[in-house]
Amino acid sequence: MSLAWSPKTLVEAREALARGATKVAGATDLLVIDHATGRQHESVLNVLGIAELQGIRVEADQLSIGAASTFTQIRQSPEVAKHAPLLAHAAATIGAAQIQNRATLGGNIANASPAGDSLPALLALGAMIMVSGTREQRLVPYNAFHTGYRKSVLGPDELIERVLIPLPSPAVQVFRKVGTRAAQAISKVVVGFASDRLDRHVLANVRLAMGSVAPVPVRLHEVEVLIEDNPLTAELADRAAALVEKTIWPIDDVRSTAEYRRHVAGQVVRRLLLDLLEAPRA
Amino acid sequence: MSTTYRFTLNGKAAEVEGPPMARLLDVLRRDLGLTGSKEGCGEGECGACTVLLDNEAVCSCLVPLFQVEGASITTVEGLAPEDKVTELQRVFANEGGAQCGACTPGMMVTLKALLDRHPKPTRDQIREYVSGTLCRCTGYERIFRAVEVLTGQRAAEGEPAAPGGEVSRT
Repeated sequence: MSLAWSPKTLVEAREALARGATKVAGATDLLVIDHATGRQHESVLNVLGIAELQGIRVEADQLSIGAASTFTQIRQSPEVAKHAPLLAHAAATIGAAQIQNRATLGGNIANASPAGDSLPALLALGAMIMVSGTREQRLVPYNAFHTGYRKSVLGPDELIERVLIPLPSPAVQVFRKVGTRAAQAISKVVVGFASDRLDRHVLANVRLAMGSVAPVPVRLHEVEVLIEDNPLTAELADRAAALVEKTIWPIDDVRSTAEYRRHVAGQVVRRLLLDLLEAPRA
Repeated sequence: MSTTYRFTLNGKAAEVEGPPMARLLDVLRRDLGLTGSKEGCGEGECGACTVLLDNEAVCSCLVPLFQVEGASITTVEGLAPEDKVTELQRVFANEGGAQCGACTPGMMVTLKALLDRHPKPTRDQIREYVSGTLCRCTGYERIFRAVEVLTGQRAAEGEPAAPGGEVSRT
């Protein structure tokens, strides 16, 4: 027995949310697991048609992205390209066209996989998550959203309405991903980096975020401080890489080993810093 | 519980009764008898089940039935009128784009989505679109060439077309 709702507004979605219906967006992870495990849902809520979850727009001091925005829409948005190129770059690496046409930003967050490619970008951009449901709407800083492996603060009667990125956004934004192949691989290590740049050798307000190296996407605060407190040089890039390796706690799994992830995570950060040094205006 | 869902399928009204989370791929193949869309991986990586959902390429193995209510779906069967093939299909065959055939239905739909957006795609655009539709023969060069012949960016190398430019489907 399964009930299904396809509401057009959040108000219409309340009954389904109150019943704790499974929220279905692009279903690109959900249906894979359903089919592999035979999992059944008592009730399902299609969030793709809810008006409040649509559209990408700049509001006074923030970029507001509807949770139902697909990665194709994010890739093609001039607003995202201008203010959050880090997120546009991440969107372009998530699956291929077939997945990008269906998978949503809200789904990537709610699914809460540590390998979600958009997640380090959101951490580096200092995103806020607008959560709505049967209770009062609330804003959750994205860095407090995940509480453990595939867990989050989202209640069964809540959904992600929008993702807010504060403006002005950081001048330096870099995305890096290491997977088995260049196209549509699930990440072994994924990095989002954002900062301001005071001059060629001085980075400020550094945010360095990584996915696939811990149970949740994480910011590497010690490495951020190291980069902020020292001039950007090749020697700093080496020191940052060594500190990355000490700071993260990856695991062995089907996609990679902890040892490989640890090494490659350090090297990704080293090269990222060397690239910034070489391209002083980037 | 089954519900009746209505949508447009290959230009015609369709009606299907099924559970909301039934996979569109299963509905197409089992309930509607359209077996052109193939199941490869069932995880959205191989693209053999690609269909157009409101003109966008999607993996039909990852679309739940209740989300296609009111939508328009085009499968490989709907690309050309009955017993005919499209220009793309004709050139694809002539240029050796089809080898073992496992990816071919998904490839036809994927390339249709590409050409709708980029009538003269660059090699990089072709490669990016095709990255979600795996050719297990790795015959990508022939696939790229077929697209470039079709769009007049490269001279044909294959056999000349059948009289009238139409090839029987059977």
